[in-house]
Amino acid sequence: MTLFAFLILFAAVVIGYILNLRAARAIRAGGTKLHSLDGFHGGFSALVTLVPTFFFIILWLMLQGTVIESMIKAGLPDGTLDGLGTGQVQLIMSEIRSIAGGRIFGTPEEWKLEAAERLVSLRSTSSLLLVVLTIALTAGLILLTRKTVRAEFRARQGVERIVLGLMVGCATVAIFVTIGIVGSLVFETYRFFEMVPFTDFLFGTSWEPQIPLREDQIAAKGAFGMLPVFLGTMVIATVAMVIAVPIGLFSAIYLHEFASPRIRAVIKPVLEILAGVPTVVYGFFAILVIAPAIRSFGTDLGLPIAPNTALAAGLVMGIMLVPFISSFADDALAAVPRSLRDGSLALGATQAETISKVLFPAAIPGIVGGILLAVSRAIGETMIVVMAAGLIAKMTINPLDSVTTVTVQIVTLLIGDTAFDSPKTLAAFALGMVLFVMTLIINIFALRIVRKYREIYD
Amino acid sequence: MYDTPASGKTAVTHEVKIAARKVNVFYGDTHAIKDVDVEIEDKTVTAFIGPSGCGKSTFLRCLNRMNDTIDICRVEGLIALDGEDIYAPSIDPVQLRAKVGMVFQKPNPFPKSIYENVAYGPKIHGMARTRAELDEIVERALRRGAIWDEVKDRLQEPGTGLSGGQQQRLCIARAVATEPEVLLMDEPCSALDPIATAQVEELIDELREQYSVVIVTHSMQQAARVSQKTAFFHLGNLVEFGETGQIFTNPHDPRTESYITGRIG
Repeated sequence: MTLFAFLILFAAVVIGYILNLRAARAIRAGGTKLHSLDGFHGGFSALVTLVPTFFFIILWLMLQGTVIESMIKAGLPDGTLDGLGTGQVQLIMSEIRSIAGGRIFGTPEEWKLEAAERLVSLRSTSSLLLVVLTIALTAGLILLTRKTVRAEFRARQGVERIVLGLMVGCATVAIFVTIGIVGSLVFETYRFFEMVPFTDFLFGTSWEPQIPLREDQIAAKGAFGMLPVFLGTMVIATVAMVIAVPIGLFSAIYLHEFASPRIRAVIKPVLEILAGVPTVVYGFFAILVIAPAIRSFGTDLGLPIAPNTALAAGLVMGIMLVPFISSFADDALAAVPRSLRDGSLALGATQAETISKVLFPAAIPGIVGGILLAVSRAIGETMIVVMAAGLIAKMTINPLDSVTTVTVQIVTLLIGDTAFDSPKTLAAFALGMVLFVMTLIINIFALRIVRKYREIYD
Repeated sequence: MYDTPASGKTAVTHEVKIAARKVNVFYGDTHAIKDVDVEIEDKTVTAFIGPSGCGKSTFLRCLNRMNDTIDICRVEGLIALDGEDIYAPSIDPVQLRAKVGMVFQKPNPFPKSIYENVAYGPKIHGMARTRAELDEIVERALRRGAIWDEVKDRLQEPGTGLSGGQQQRLCIARAVATEPEVLLMDEPCSALDPIATAQVEELIDELREQYSVVIVTHSMQQAARVSQKTAFFHLGNLVEFGETGQIFTNPHDPRTESYITGRIG
């Protein structure tokens, strides 16, 4: 029935468009000059019909469940729900719903069967009502817009205003989603800090979140100091950037300045493939190739190396970021006007001098912006470190040791049996908050740099 | 260090600075310059005129091998600077460009300070040993670019913040700072207003005392005002080359006459 409503809407849009188009053409054929093109009169009708009816249907579908449920509740025999907690009420309602869906377990009470029957009939009434109201609404809107087709009616402005409104709506969706995400994060983090002191979390040097979930469980006492975890993230991100920045920059400079078109035609697509590799595949690569290689290399040198070193995860993450930095640097170099390069060459500068003294300084805002965005990706990267980094939080900056990261801890805290009122689970949100604040600061910084210097160089 | 040769020469006829023999230029399959012979004299302003796409800028860019930066461009024939083939394998284009400076159509100051813009060339060629020497070179170049008085109090401000005419004079100062022997100018006034154009033209006239100047221009009035020799290019051919006065008053070739009187263009 819902599908039917959408079909009606679609038909109405087409009908409204054609009706108005024809009407406009008829006026034009009569020799009158119209303000707007015929298509805009049609489009005006189509949009005026489409937008409100679409939102009406969506709203109806969203609200009908709650409205019907409250009607069912009101129709239950007096006193059935008295003194019951919300959980028990939900249980009864879901039992009624499953009876209505035909899944009957045991022998339910008579009043539940009645309620289920009422639910079925209410639902079909609601669907029918939706279709009827859709027809009425679309018909009304078509008639209303059909009347607007006159020579002096500004249909183009009308269409433009509606489309503008739609664009504003789309733009605000992102804002509201962001607010929602931040809001939930802040809320859960606040709950965490009600259980664990803020300073213990921020400055504690021990991270042992495996606290007992039940009274009789044997587990560590629990400590929520984020410093070792944070340090692990920094170690891996640093290794990654040490790999990614030089390789990315030099490959960009080579591709942009020195490579012949034939070489460029090979390397560019390869870099793009590298950018398209899923991070989980990079994770395989890290544990199956890089980590054993580092380990055997260490054994040859007589160094004790952990099987899941920060170095392996960082190396692979660095490789992942190479195309990212390379493409940013490439764009930045390409944005430097050719006249600057010519000017430098014409003064007798070599290509190397031109790159290092003119092109590179002019491209630096874009390059730095790209690097900072890569840093925030390295900090937030999850899959590679989940697969290749360790789980135990250690206070170390030795890249040959096993470290854990913020993202790995969030994953391990949230998988398996979780209770959403224990500090163990809520700690994940606090860590998420830390991650969010860190990447936010870096991103703001990156955008600031890019914007500040772009003004000067243009 | 580059000495300006034959300084102090005042005779009307000057020695030949650049000689071109049977120069052909190809862009891929396009034959852009056809068998051009020309002799550019020292301490003279030589103007290249001709309709758009006639190859005058292309030929200009052959003189300091700027066409090397374009992959599909191929140059044939002989171009000699002081009798030495500039396309010979022994010639380093980088050193050639230090001797043959260039000013472009659009002012292209580097996104650096005014001082750094001018000091760029002298620095990369190691022309100054001390900061004081460099300061002196920069001041001399800016004075020669006829912009010193306007910028002497703000040498550390970005060169891109100047007006269009000032930027172009800054670029000329930047080009003369490396003490070139020849200065190539590719429509140096086309992006400037009339006042700035007049300033640059006056400057070109002064530069003639020390350099051999080659200027590409769309404006025949400008060619008549600033140059002593004029070359008329048409469809890749050098149609006529001679004294500016003669070209404009008594052209030998009917195509030159048509162009000058505005019938082709």
